[in-house]
Amino acid sequence: MQSRSIALECEHDVAVARGEVRAIAASLGFRLTDQTRLATVASELARNVVKYASRGRMIAQPLDAAGRAGLRLIFEDRGPGIPDIAAAMRDGFSTGRGLGKGLPGSKRLVDEFEIESEVGRGTRVTVVRWL
Amino acid sequence: MEGQQRIPILKVGRVLIVPIQVDMDDRTVIHLQERILTELERTGARGVLIDISILEMVDSFIGRVLSDVAAMARIMDARTVVVGMQPAVAITLVELGLELRGVDTVLNVDEGIKLLRSEFGIDEEEEDAGLYGGPGAFAEQVNRP
Repeated sequence: MQSRSIALECEHDVAVARGEVRAIAASLGFRLTDQTRLATVASELARNVVKYASRGRMIAQPLDAAGRAGLRLIFEDRGPGIPDIAAAMRDGFSTGRGLGKGLPGSKRLVDEFEIESEVGRGTRVTVVRWL
Repeated sequence: MEGQQRIPILKVGRVLIVPIQVDMDDRTVIHLQERILTELERTGARGVLIDISILEMVDSFIGRVLSDVAAMARIMDARTVVVGMQPAVAITLVELGLELRGVDTVLNVDEGIKLLRSEFGIDEEEEDAGLYGGPGAFAEQVNRP
């Protein structure tokens, strides 16, 4: 299956992204609970892109590692970046009006979670969930 | 407005019923919150029943709004019940670390109505008379443009 890239530029795109992720996850054979986890992660991370960077994109990459299927989601933007990643990964930490559950919560919903960020350059969050 | 979807708000007796039937974007969620509070004030309803059985996902944003609605409704002397959460949604909510603070959750609409009635001691016969008593009395759809 091909990778897909989805532009994230407004609130509506967040809903589109999570819908796409659910559909891709279902077509890869993920069960309902995993589809829900992945759609929720996509919603959290896509919203962060729109909220903090105004625009960016999500790339969904189906994976196949020695016959094991998986889905990698990459969220990238050229926004302000995260000055203190350790703080951003703590439960309850938020610079916005959120609950501070977005990043740490998303990490708990996937198998692999990586965050790269440079102040003034942008942020890239990569997550993987294996079937 | 792009992505703006309409969610109906129905008044049945002294309960506002909010059947969410679509995946909502953030703007729609905020708009719905405002409309619920407006209708609470306008109708004097004592309960709000939000049916999320169709929702395939509750993320931290929707979770926060559900908590906010419950808190604001309580200040307006009304109680909020969320019904029909799918098991996969419940599992994900817990893993995400959301508590839905202040929100009562029950399995279905029947249980939700029962809970709201017991909480406020709403007379069932009076309610039923209102429900089935006459033409057009079934449910008043209160949302207007």
